[in-house]
Amino acid sequence: MPLLKFSGNRLANAIAEAPEEIALEDAQAAGSLGEARALLIPNDAALADAGAFLEAAETIILSFPHFKDGRAYSQARQLRDQYGFQGAIRARGDVKRDQLLFMRRCGFSEFEIEGADVEAANGALNEFSFAYQAASDGAAPVWRRRRDQRAAA
Amino acid sequence: MYRYDEFDATLVAERAQQFRGQVERRLSGDLTEDEFKPLRLMNGLYLQLHAYMLRVAIPYGTLSSAQMRALAQAARQYDKDYVHFTTRQNVQYNWPALVDVPDLLDDLAKVEMHAIQTSGNCIRNVTSDQYAGAAAGEVEDPRIWCEIIRQWSTFHPEFSFLPRKFKIAVTASPQDRAAVKVHDIGLRLHRNDAGEVGFEVLVGGGLGRTPYIGQTVRAFLPQDELLAYLEAILRVYNLEGRRDNAYKARIKILVNALGIEEFAARVEAEWAKIDKAATNLPADEIARIRAYFAPPAFAPLEDHAEALDAQAKDDPEFARWRRRNVFPHKAPGYAIANISLKPIGGIPGDASANEMDAVADIAERYAFDEIRVTHEQNLVLPHLRQADLYTVYQALKKAGLATANHGLVSDIIACPGLDYCSLANARSIPIAQRISERFAALDAQEEIGELKIKISGCINACGHHHVGHIGILGVDKKGEEFYQITLGGSGAEDASIGEIAGRGLSSDAVVDAVETLVRFYLDTRQDKERFIDTYRRLGPDRFKEALYAAA
Repeated sequence: MPLLKFSGNRLANAIAEAPEEIALEDAQAAGSLGEARALLIPNDAALADAGAFLEAAETIILSFPHFKDGRAYSQARQLRDQYGFQGAIRARGDVKRDQLLFMRRCGFSEFEIEGADVEAANGALNEFSFAYQAASDGAAPVWRRRRDQRAAA
Repeated sequence: MYRYDEFDATLVAERAQQFRGQVERRLSGDLTEDEFKPLRLMNGLYLQLHAYMLRVAIPYGTLSSAQMRALAQAARQYDKDYVHFTTRQNVQYNWPALVDVPDLLDDLAKVEMHAIQTSGNCIRNVTSDQYAGAAAGEVEDPRIWCEIIRQWSTFHPEFSFLPRKFKIAVTASPQDRAAVKVHDIGLRLHRNDAGEVGFEVLVGGGLGRTPYIGQTVRAFLPQDELLAYLEAILRVYNLEGRRDNAYKARIKILVNALGIEEFAARVEAEWAKIDKAATNLPADEIARIRAYFAPPAFAPLEDHAEALDAQAKDDPEFARWRRRNVFPHKAPGYAIANISLKPIGGIPGDASANEMDAVADIAERYAFDEIRVTHEQNLVLPHLRQADLYTVYQALKKAGLATANHGLVSDIIACPGLDYCSLANARSIPIAQRISERFAALDAQEEIGELKIKISGCINACGHHHVGHIGILGVDKKGEEFYQITLGGSGAEDASIGEIAGRGLSSDAVVDAVETLVRFYLDTRQDKERFIDTYRRLGPDRFKEALYAAA
């Protein structure tokens, strides 16, 4: 599966590295990630149960079993905002160009995407100049921009 | 009224541009209909029985004259000269061609309108009290908070693929005209014992296949804490709401499965972890938005009752319109007028382009340029001088918009039903028309008094039949349309879910059945009881007995 990763602010084709993965359930059974560097957390797992393994993981893989199933957006936000996870968060499954912006804003940094067209993907990320609300991408929400604009005036 | 700044305008224009690109990809064949469907459903474009249908958002039901004219112009240019106002204070175009939709949206963007989040499993248009800012007794204008929620929820990256659609309503009045108890989240602004203003947060109300009255998840939430608290509710729902069955995916099912205490505990736990400073709006931004909803410059007037009495004496039809459709305003010398979109025998909520222009002209000249859309599918002129009421009435009459039936038996809510909708099992519109014709005489309607009939063409309940004093649900029985009657529902502050009266009736029999129920009510009511009061006093059995004895 082709992989897109951020290089700076732009997505680029990455070598489809396959870091050894381990499912959360198996990590729990083994008590560690073992050799694996990527932790696969299913949509119905409570992140609190993964807490001990988060520090050891370089990459966390979250799933989109169907594009309409949006649980991983919340899981990514919790990983970034509440668990302070700094590593890569990868989107796997039914990942489409028109969702990439939402995914990035929720903290995803890598995307397994079929028929990846890098130009189209970057275009989709740049269709909006700003966002109303704070999320997990550090972008200043519109209310903050308004305030800055008033301060500058 | 809120006005867009460069940020709002840019985002709406960019969304229109993005959607234009998506339509182009569909028209060129780059996208199949299957691939296009989820994209168009993020922007209010449905494929109905006969054509595409575009739903345009009217945030919290507030329109300027310029916006109303633009909606009318779009109906002329891209549709068949009419629109349909919905129970969610939105407006629908029934016949646009796909190739025209991007241009239509560009035209609307010029007057600060769009179709953003009018469909899809996301946070939909926030609805409110149609008398907001005009009726007495409000804590403050609830639309301030509707606009704050509108901005926060627009393209919310985390909540655009929820288990199911999500509807929020806000009221700030003791009289609930926004049906907040039958929304996914209902917000009731009120003052606590210390005199502070905050929200009662209700959650898990809704109609559809499994109707529920919302329950209080927090009795008092300080105003400025709203967004982080909403985020906590939505996150718990997004993670834990059912996704295996669309009919069990609304938040009401989760709330009732967990119980309100457990649900509240999970929300509070999530809320405790949210970065409030990043999520809630700071005071200066709340103040900026609040300023847009400052009351218009009301002149210091006296009430004008005597002159109106004289005009009413000379013109009994005006007297009736004033009695039925005019509501007291908080400012002396002003009044609120309801414009019925339910002419006798007409299609509930439909308006022609000419009618819309007439309303726009009147609002511009007499009503501080403001129009409201109600969830009962009517329009409202919120700020009229009492001294102008008779002139306004005459102008409305000339436009065919002075039907004096507000709140009466012919003021029916009806979904589009099988005449348009691909989900419907039965037609709604012809039933509404025939009931309206059956009770055509306005004298008799006034004698009956307040009676809310609500008709849905399928179990999804877009016509709110569960909360009708008399609800009518269309079902399909072996290819034939049947109608099930529910009794005793209410969507107001005394909210209740109607009870099924008994076996389904044919489309002929259902109109007779309504008449039978009304007759029984008239025979048994005491004093000034409304239909719903008599029903609640006597109980369902007496009404069922009357209904089926006659059938």
